[in-house]
Formats: sequence, structure tokens, C-alpha cells
Amino acid sequence: MERKTLTRWFWVWQFEKEEEWLNAMAADGWVLESVGFCRYTFIRCEPGTYTVRTEMHPYDEEYVKFMEETGAEYIGRMMMWIYFRKKTEDGVFDLYSDIDSRISHLDRIGKVLTAVGGANLLIGLANSFHSGARVGGVNLLCATLLMYGLGRIHGKKEALEKERELHE
Amino acid sequence: MPGNPALTEATYYILLSLHRPCHGYGIMQQTEELSGGRVRLAAGTLYGALNSLCDKGWIVLEAADGDSRRKEYRLTDKGREILVREVKRLKELARNGEMILGEEL
Repeated sequence: MERKTLTRWFWVWQFEKEEEWLNAMAADGWVLESVGFCRYTFIRCEPGTYTVRTEMHPYDEEYVKFMEETGAEYIGRMMMWIYFRKKTEDGVFDLYSDIDSRISHLDRIGKVLTAVGGANLLIGLANSFHSGARVGGVNLLCATLLMYGLGRIHGKKEALEKERELHE
Repeated sequence: MPGNPALTEATYYILLSLHRPCHGYGIMQQTEELSGGRVRLAAGTLYGALNSLCDKGWIVLEAADGDSRRKEYRLTDKGREILVREVKRLKELARNGEMILGEEL
């Protein structure tokens, strides 16, 4: 079977874009087979025979089993992101079907960003005091970036909450 | 929220699908069938909802009859009570809508 590996970087708030790209690849005849750090390995398939989905989900074997029972195939995970695919002939494949669960997904992402961003901020500040600005600077830069990500995720969440005021 | 807050459509159909014990995929199929294809529960949404319904004690996860490896969700008495209450609430909504818009419907 023909395979190819591509390197691609997506910021955490671009997870929808990442998913779109993976589905464009599948529509083109390349379905995701495994994931690594910024590395995506695809295998040849009939164009349009797969839908690919990704979400942030803490490690949970029960969840993977549950997804497999519904006909989804587990591709793999990278950091806290998990990847599934499903044959298009087996029906529409989405991970979330209502606003509430989309919001709790964003909350999960937000919590991780807050934790990692907060840790970087503390380490950055501590290092700046003890070892000089240059050492602490890297962590502070990370913290800033993560906080920016948090802002983007929060924006998405607000849009959904507004929508929820009128319907679920 | 005081009194009896409305259930989401997903929660309503999950509870309704569990009039007979059922596994996760069965709930998805039942919901789609009952709603004539209008309501589709995505697996991630369903999984989250099932976990919180278990936490609330409206449903339980048990080994299926005669097969200890397979697990099924079952409606508890409390869950059934909530469901009955919701059907009454929905009836009221529909009754009022019909009363006011009667001729247009």
C-alpha cells in the first residue's frame, strides 16, 4: 500500500482547520493512518471513502472502545489529541451533535491551556528572578502564546454560548 | 435551576431510548429511528451525556443479561420519573402552541 508522511504545524486553536485539512486529504484519496509530533502519515484510499475527526480527550480506554462500537476506527493520539476515522458509507461521522458538548470540548482545551500556560508563567517568572531574563524569557513567551490560544478558544466558546441563548 | 428544568433534546431521546436497556450504539440508532432521522446523536456527545446521566443516577451501566462482557445502560426509577415529567411539560408546550396558532397549524 502506498503511504506518505507530511509535516504540518497547527496551533491548538486551529484544530478545526487541522480536521478540514485531514478531510481534504481523505477526499483526495489519502486517509490518515497514524499521527506523530507534527507528522501525519497517510495511506492510499478510494477518494472520499473516509471522514476523519479529531478532538482533545484525556486518555480513556472506555471511550475508544465506545467509539469503536459505533463503527469508528481509532487512528491514534498525539499529546491529548485523539484521531478517529469512519467509512463514509457507514453514515455521517461527527463527534459532537449539540452546542453543550461543543462547549465542554472547548472547556477541556481551555483547562489544559490554563494549566500549561500558568506553569510556564510561574517557571518563567521564577527563572527571570533567579537566572536572568533570558532563561525565563522562553517560558514567558510560551505562557504568552498559550494565553493567546486561551483567548481564541474563549472566543469560540462565547460564539457558541450566544447561539445557545436561542436554541440548543 | 428550580423546579423542573427542560431536558436537552439529546438527554430526552437518550432517556426515551432506554425504555428498554440498551448499549451505546443502540441508543444512537433508536434516537435516529424515533425522530425519523431528524435527531442524530454524535458518539462524543452521547458518551459525555451518558456519563453525566450515570453521575446523576438517572441511568445505570450494568452487565447485560446472559453476557457479562457486554454492558448496557438502564433507566432508573428516578430517570423514568424525570422522563414522565418532561413529557408532561412538552405536552403543555404543544397544547399552548396549538391553542394559539390552532388555525395556522
